[in-house]
Amino acid sequence: MQKQNELIDQQIGGEYKYGWSSDIEMDTAPMGLSEEIVRFISKKKKEPDWMLEFRLKAYRHWLKMEEPKHWAHLDYPVIDFQKIIFYAAPKPKKELKSLDEVDPELLKTFEKLGISLEEQKRLSGVESRIAVDAVIDSVSVKTTFKETLAEKGIIFCSFSDAVQEHPDLIKRYMGSVVPGTDNYFAALNSAVFSDGSFCYIPKGVRCPMELSTYFRINAIGTGQFERTLIVADEGAYVSYLEGCTAPMRDENQLHAAIVEIVAHEKAEVKYSTVQNWYPGDVNGKGGIYNFVTKRGICLGDDSKISWTQVETGSAITWKYPSVILKGNNSVGEFYSVAVTNNMQQADTGTKMIHIGKNTRSTIVSKGISAGKSNNSYRGLVRINKGATRARNHSQCDSLLMGDRCGAHTFPYIEIKDKSAIVEHEATTSKIGEDQVFYCNQRGISTEKAIGLIVNGYCKEVLNQLPMEFAVEAQKLLAVSLEGSVG
Amino acid sequence: MLSIKNLKAGIDGKEILKGINLEIGAGEVHAIMGPNGSGKSTLSSVLAGRTDYEVTGGEVLFNGKNLLELNPEERAREGLFLAFQYPVEIPGVSTINFLKTAIAEIREYKGLPALEAKDFLKMVKEKQALVELKGSLASRAVNEGFSGGEKKRNEIFQMAMLEPTLAILDETDSGLDIDALRVVANGVNKLRSSTRSFVVITHYQRLLDYIVPDFVHVLFEGRIVKSGDKELAMELEKKGYGELTR
Ligand SMILES: Nc1ncnc2c1ncn2[C@@H]1O[C@H](COP(=O)(O)OP(=O)(O)O)[C@@H](O)[C@H]1O
Repeated sequence: MQKQNELIDQQIGGEYKYGWSSDIEMDTAPMGLSEEIVRFISKKKKEPDWMLEFRLKAYRHWLKMEEPKHWAHLDYPVIDFQKIIFYAAPKPKKELKSLDEVDPELLKTFEKLGISLEEQKRLSGVESRIAVDAVIDSVSVKTTFKETLAEKGIIFCSFSDAVQEHPDLIKRYMGSVVPGTDNYFAALNSAVFSDGSFCYIPKGVRCPMELSTYFRINAIGTGQFERTLIVADEGAYVSYLEGCTAPMRDENQLHAAIVEIVAHEKAEVKYSTVQNWYPGDVNGKGGIYNFVTKRGICLGDDSKISWTQVETGSAITWKYPSVILKGNNSVGEFYSVAVTNNMQQADTGTKMIHIGKNTRSTIVSKGISAGKSNNSYRGLVRINKGATRARNHSQCDSLLMGDRCGAHTFPYIEIKDKSAIVEHEATTSKIGEDQVFYCNQRGISTEKAIGLIVNGYCKEVLNQLPMEFAVEAQKLLAVSLEGSVG
Repeated sequence: MLSIKNLKAGIDGKEILKGINLEIGAGEVHAIMGPNGSGKSTLSSVLAGRTDYEVTGGEVLFNGKNLLELNPEERAREGLFLAFQYPVEIPGVSTINFLKTAIAEIREYKGLPALEAKDFLKMVKEKQALVELKGSLASRAVNEGFSGGEKKRNEIFQMAMLEPTLAILDETDSGLDIDALRVVANGVNKLRSSTRSFVVITHYQRLLDYIVPDFVHVLFEGRIVKSGDKELAMELEKKGYGELTR
């Protein structure tokens, strides 16, 4: 084992490949948090009063709350909220009319991320397309394909634009799934969020393309607080993708986002995340604190919400994408791959709250731990009284690489209705040296072998991702674990 | 093509192979027999490069190269194939995808251009037919949920695909019924050629009725104590190992 650990040390070379920062002119708020800052942000964004009120209410509530230190299986220093810049926007040179006017540095940033907006434009007219809303340091800078989508009545725009242009929808749905007072980080976000994406699919419309948001933290010492709101009206369908990266920085940066999903009768929303925030270096210096509240509600009968996530980044990840199954026969799904390496910590899972009759939920969680990292699955399945014949199936698998990492599973099951059927399976395995040797003996290098084995292990989850994303996720998995088995 | 000189190896400080000498020429089939615990599996593991075992002496030349200096994947790319006694399962990875990766790496190592998808698939079809492997097995995850016989057949299929110059079959007959044994042996016989050598490790003479060896060696307590032709195997079958090992 000693020998294996040395080998692991030698080889942990899964270097972060997105660690550049861009020289973009920034417009930032003073450091720290106060009611003044909340007002400053709201004013910067020329928000209506009801929006400011929403923020202030959340802020005042937040002041009374305590950081949730003890329940999650995480370890991190107290966050000094006075040292964070709560608003940073790339300075707009002027009103942007076309792509040509976008800051070239910014475009370069996107190219490095592998999503060139130029490319997006050129792809117009091609059948399979992705509409992208790009958010840098909390501000949405460009939404592609807005017009194409508008033809179908689909609204896909930055959150700030939605506040201005679709106030009724925002007033009706914002905070309806995740109240501004929900939890410590959700309250913080509700007070200071600076932008994000909004998406509305009208009745009976199947969104013809994947909608996607790319998040990137760029400026030093900033926190990113974006929020996403997706509403699928009766019988609507949308598949939504979220990607994230951040530059390498020595200090920790905070990311506290909110995602709210509302699915009306017979609507379906698929939400996929490939999270690749900077995880910190081998010794645990730097990295993103990723404290995110994601929740969807199956409001109408026969609706469906499906979360798929591939989490490879962040120093600390704390998130539990959840589904409230209110409508009868509604379906909630959670497919997750969480990889931790070096000193990373992840505490992730889901909550499935069954309220309606005949509601079904599926949980598939694949945790992979390497280095000295810690990876926890925490999931709640609650069957309320009256949720007759509700069903849940949970499958939680942990894969360990080396013997200095940890995997933990915390399933919470609350059943208040006797007709419920709830199944929970959990396995823990070690990546077999035998498997690696078997691959080696066929001419496959150890690196490639680990990629193969891990991707095979996660297949059930990766299969849920849209094609382009699945390929990216596979590469990311291999890179994150490069050389973690001797 | 393979020349083993005074090879000594062990595990946790315990010497298991105590000086093995063996010369294998191109196209030859050598059987290595011996009672349980004599070191047969250790020999195949050491040749394939399993790191659990420590080589304490001797040398092994494979097509003129110092085999012991190469890591396991290099040995494989140089043309050494081991059909495992206990093939492992790799959930979620199809045999096709697995072999595609292996062939790509081997070809890259040899400086050959990548194999085109259609040529690869054609090859899969051919070799499947050759070793009588059902098409559905190759699209399933590597060995996952395979029966003992299917696993062994899958090993022979992989051997056919990777076209090694030296194939070591480690107790390939163990756990096979007579029909499965015949299929596996047929596969091997079809792959015999003047440029491909075999080392067939077995406890029983039975397999050698189907795969007829050019040479038979008896391994006992880490040494080859007797060598001969196929008659030796038959003699052993009649008399048992007793006489040789006393
Ligand atoms: N991993 C191991 N640890 C300790 N002893 C081993 C190990 N593998 C094999 N041996 C010992 O080495 C000897 C040879 O084993 P093996 O090569 O499996 O023989 P065979 O294949 O001929 O039955 C046996 O005495 C066995 O107990």
